[in-house]
Amino acid sequence: MAVNVNLPSVLAAHAGGARIIQANGRTLGEAVADVAARFPALGPRLQDKDGKPYPFVVFYVNDEDVRFRGGFAAPVADGDEVTVIPAIAGG
Amino acid sequence: MICPGLFFEDMTTTVAPTPETSLKALPLRCRSCGAERVPAPLSICDNCLGPLDPVYDPKRRLPDARTIASRAPSLWRYKEWLPFEGEPVYSLDSGFTPLVEAPKLARRLGVARAWIKNDTVSHPTLSFKDRVVAAAINAARAFGIDTIGCASTGNLANAVAAHAARAGLAAWVFIPEDLEAGKILGTSIYAPRLVRVRGTYDDVNRLCAQVADRFGWGIVNVNLRGYYGEGSKTVAFEIAEQLGWRLPNAVVAPMAGGSLVSKLRKGFGEFLAAGLVRGAVPRLYGAQASGCAPIVRLLERGGEVVEPEVPHTIARSLAIGNPADGALASQVMRETGGWGAHVSDEELVSGIRILAEDTGVFGETAAGVTVAAALALARAGRLRAQDEVVLCVTGHGLKTLEAVSGVLADAPVIAPRLREVAALVEQAGTH
Repeated sequence: MAVNVNLPSVLAAHAGGARIIQANGRTLGEAVADVAARFPALGPRLQDKDGKPYPFVVFYVNDEDVRFRGGFAAPVADGDEVTVIPAIAGG
Repeated sequence: MICPGLFFEDMTTTVAPTPETSLKALPLRCRSCGAERVPAPLSICDNCLGPLDPVYDPKRRLPDARTIASRAPSLWRYKEWLPFEGEPVYSLDSGFTPLVEAPKLARRLGVARAWIKNDTVSHPTLSFKDRVVAAAINAARAFGIDTIGCASTGNLANAVAAHAARAGLAAWVFIPEDLEAGKILGTSIYAPRLVRVRGTYDDVNRLCAQVADRFGWGIVNVNLRGYYGEGSKTVAFEIAEQLGWRLPNAVVAPMAGGSLVSKLRKGFGEFLAAGLVRGAVPRLYGAQASGCAPIVRLLERGGEVVEPEVPHTIARSLAIGNPADGALASQVMRETGGWGAHVSDEELVSGIRILAEDTGVFGETAAGVTVAAALALARAGRLRAQDEVVLCVTGHGLKTLEAVSGVLADAPVIAPRLREVAALVEQAGTH
């Protein structure tokens, strides 16, 4: 399954300036692991050393917060839009 | 004889920006990894994605109490603790709202004394958000940004639109589509680009993070957040000064994103460090509505990670299910010896009425949450008989009329005849 991962500018700098990266996986966690393997500088900023999400980096699949869909275990489908947002905003 | 120290430096108000300025924003430091950054409209560390805070020169010259007291009655009387070098340009008259003693409420709470920090009369938009926008719009000026914006549950929308209008800046304001009519009208009257988004505040917030990244605007609570948040400290500074340069034992504040509670601690701590007050940071208590209480539930559960919620409450100004400073607020409440409470919508409506009847202050739904939570904390023994307590009332009740419009008794309608008044007086049993 190929999904589009949309990065904020602070993370795009760690992916050679790319704002959108294609990634493969059946779940969000697999897609993130795929990105981490191809962009070593980006990987540790998307997931911790155990491959778990950080509380301050929020992932959305098709605009839905994945924390309501099982986190990294959330299934993804071909063409899904994954958006990464640092959580320090709002209020 | 008139004491020269009582003259204010400048009592005028203007909506015209000063054309020349030496205003500079302070540099930033990551709260997580300590990396330092030059001043910038940036709230996220590009190294670890932690939050960025302004860095103050520890050797800067600080004013004494008499000097502060001689300055104009606005939040800029504390300018040495706000994140700029040079003189502010915009929103010079926000802040310095009344601290109102509330003896009847104190008796109801079972404490020695109680005060309302009354930001219902904050200038110009009748909520505490005037403080943070005053800081953020000056940061925008320092960076040469000509368009500001926000994600808002209502009060911030009012403030961004009004402050931008006064400054002559463009404004893009994003809100959930179903906000109270007063919050929507109270924003659109200033003619910003107001956008109603289908979804919750957290959806709006996510969108604004993308907007700030895409368009380079100064979204006050996204990429200007490090500067914006510092304006909240002025609530603590004003409480200390208005109590006669001393601190209360406890402060109860509403929580949405969780920033106010943490900035109260920072503000009280800075005045203690400066020797302007003595003692300890007050016990800080946070209040939320039960229909959206992720911070209080984290506090009760323990741990460091907020579990996001989908809000279901009439307290829309507090309806942030994914609070950015939730974990920090929980930590602050624990470390200061305070606690948190959440209350039902029925209780918050009762809280609005109690506040009005006991103090003459008409607060919005967040105020009802704060009062009802303070009563719950008192019943639970968290507030003590010898306590001096300040309740932060952060927005005016005219903004959320829907909350109380259906629960108040209709006024009698009579003919213009004295005997009809006499009948009412007899019915009421009082003169």
